[in-house]
Amino acid sequence: MKSNFEVKGLSVEVDPSSHEASTFAEAPVDKSARRGKRVVFGVNLTVKSGEVHALMGPNGSGKSSLALVLMGHPAYQAVSGSVELGGKNLLSLKPNERAKLGLFLSFQNPVAVPGVSLGQLIWSSYKSITGDGKADIREFYETVKKQAKNMGLKEEMLERFINDGFSGGEKKKAELLMLLSLQPKFVILDEIDSGLDVDTLKKAAEVVNQLVKKGTGVLLITHNQKILKYVKPNVVHVLKEGRIVKSGQVKLAREIEEKGYAGI
Amino acid sequence: MMTKGLSKQIVEEVSVYKKDPFWMTKLRLQALEYFQKAPMPASPAQRGEPAFGGDLSGLDFDKIHYFIKSGNGVKHAWKDVPKEIKRTYDKLGIPKAEQKFLAGVSAQWDSEMVYGSLLKDLKEQGVVFLSMDEGLQQYPELVKEYFGTVIPINDNKFASLNSAVWSGGCFIYVPPKVSISLPLQAYFRINAKNIGQFERTLIIADRGSFVHYIEGCTSPVYTTDSLHAGVVEIIVKHGARVRYTTVQNWSKNVYNLVTKRAKVEENGVMEWVDFNNGSKLTMKYPSALLVGRGAKVDMLSLAMAGAGQVQDTGGKAIHLASKTSSVIRSKSISHHGGKTSYRGLVKIAPGVKDVKSKTICQALIMDERSKSETYPAISAIGANCELSHEATISKISEEQIFYLQSRGIEKEEAEAMIVNGFIKPLVRELPMEYAIELNQLIRLEMEGAA
Repeated sequence: MKSNFEVKGLSVEVDPSSHEASTFAEAPVDKSARRGKRVVFGVNLTVKSGEVHALMGPNGSGKSSLALVLMGHPAYQAVSGSVELGGKNLLSLKPNERAKLGLFLSFQNPVAVPGVSLGQLIWSSYKSITGDGKADIREFYETVKKQAKNMGLKEEMLERFINDGFSGGEKKKAELLMLLSLQPKFVILDEIDSGLDVDTLKKAAEVVNQLVKKGTGVLLITHNQKILKYVKPNVVHVLKEGRIVKSGQVKLAREIEEKGYAGI
Repeated sequence: MMTKGLSKQIVEEVSVYKKDPFWMTKLRLQALEYFQKAPMPASPAQRGEPAFGGDLSGLDFDKIHYFIKSGNGVKHAWKDVPKEIKRTYDKLGIPKAEQKFLAGVSAQWDSEMVYGSLLKDLKEQGVVFLSMDEGLQQYPELVKEYFGTVIPINDNKFASLNSAVWSGGCFIYVPPKVSISLPLQAYFRINAKNIGQFERTLIIADRGSFVHYIEGCTSPVYTTDSLHAGVVEIIVKHGARVRYTTVQNWSKNVYNLVTKRAKVEENGVMEWVDFNNGSKLTMKYPSALLVGRGAKVDMLSLAMAGAGQVQDTGGKAIHLASKTSSVIRSKSISHHGGKTSYRGLVKIAPGVKDVKSKTICQALIMDERSKSETYPAISAIGANCELSHEATISKISEEQIFYLQSRGIEKEEAEAMIVNGFIKPLVRELPMEYAIELNQLIRLEMEGAA
């Protein structure tokens, strides 16, 4: 079944009073001015099933904001436009409902959740998303353990509280491990390549390519084009100041590397 | 049914009704005098320093019943327990299985014990497990020897009040070297308006013995303020070990002011496991007097405060002998605008050496309106002492919930996962059915349904 991901005319405001939003947008001096700050302007994007689109752009261009609004972060409000996955409108849905429809966001810097172990989270997510009431926890764990090992993640990590004291690389590997067991229809990878050594980067690419082969669509947010050596995008978009200013083929990424974003 | 309010006459009536020995009547009356003279503990705001917590200005001693009798006295067979009482137990979800599996059950109804049974083999080992009233009648000398020795009748205003009007509670004596493998249990409930429940518990663990006692409290909701002022005294003799577990859920208008203290002799071990939920205000600081060389205390507590509630809890370890050690692990959850405070005391007497003490406080705050505070106090003079204190306060953030939601998990489920992870170390210490009850309770609390 085709599960195209379609964004039309999407504009986004961030609530400046939100704690979390403060890292993405400056809080207004005047508290009465609670109007949101606009961070994404009329973005259009169509990623077909099995396609990879790279989204590049300088710091603060709105890449992460876009990722968060697509997943349904409460601090971000879509003020216009639509987002659909497999023909279903996502904007009115809670993040967990979006996840159940097959959307997955791999976070740039996932938050630590003391009290919830990585293994527990993977199992709960799996049950919740697949609705598989018959799944056998032991069998599931055996599979996850193998996947973890393959990813270069120690088995003990499954017992640890998610992201709590994890290194940058371990966080990314944990995200990939979840991605692998949930087999989503559409994936947003927010800087999955940052902080990874070359070997792990290759493994990450392997995971992504496997999913793509099975028909998963990918939005690959990245700063540099190192990962593009291993994951081949069908389209490259450049986001500047909240707007997609240019879309093209892989050579656009090379152009960026040569000229910088200022030259685009 | 007796009238509200407290007087010498009421105390005398209680004493006559209970057929107290003369010394107990005298003790009650003396305690009443102490109670009447003692000032109310000032609220932190009035006093300007946080030494003893909570605002008691809403407590009116004249509106409280000090003694109520119900049923027809102490029952020994389950079939004799009144039907409506059994129905309430069912509603509270007390598992039937415990009657078979657990060594003994005794439950307090209103201010009296209505049910008490003890398995034969325990009796044969010389274990005494009775209501405090029965204990006093059947073992007056033993009770006289220990009653009020750990918590004197003038210890604090509420301990004095309890000493004056106490009714019910448990009396346990474990003979030397007897180890009771299954926990002894008792349920305490408040089930009528304005009932002051003043249960009194005395546990004596003789040399080298072991006992685990569990009290579980839940109670229906009332419209006017109630008072629960219990006193628990525990004597841990040479090399004995006592574990005292409390799972409580008083209704949200109850002032829960409990004095709990253990005296631990040489190489004895005292373990307090304390879960405080419900009540309007709880002030409770389980304590241990470590009087013998090598004595140990381990306290594990969890306090949970929701809308309009204050949980002012903590632990006290008084090191009166060398080579003694204490561990205090305190956890709290505040939600829907509730407030939790940790108030602790670790004291090392002059001349005492080689003491180890560790305090770990962890608070979890569920939302912006809720609060948590920590007031540790350490006073040490001894030599070669290792003392440590750690406190962490964490807030469940929008970001954490969003992260779990993004993995397909509902918001409520996400919160429950975080809370369950937080309380795991305490739940692990509870017998299975309590662990289940506790998890259910917390879930209801979080949903605001309890």
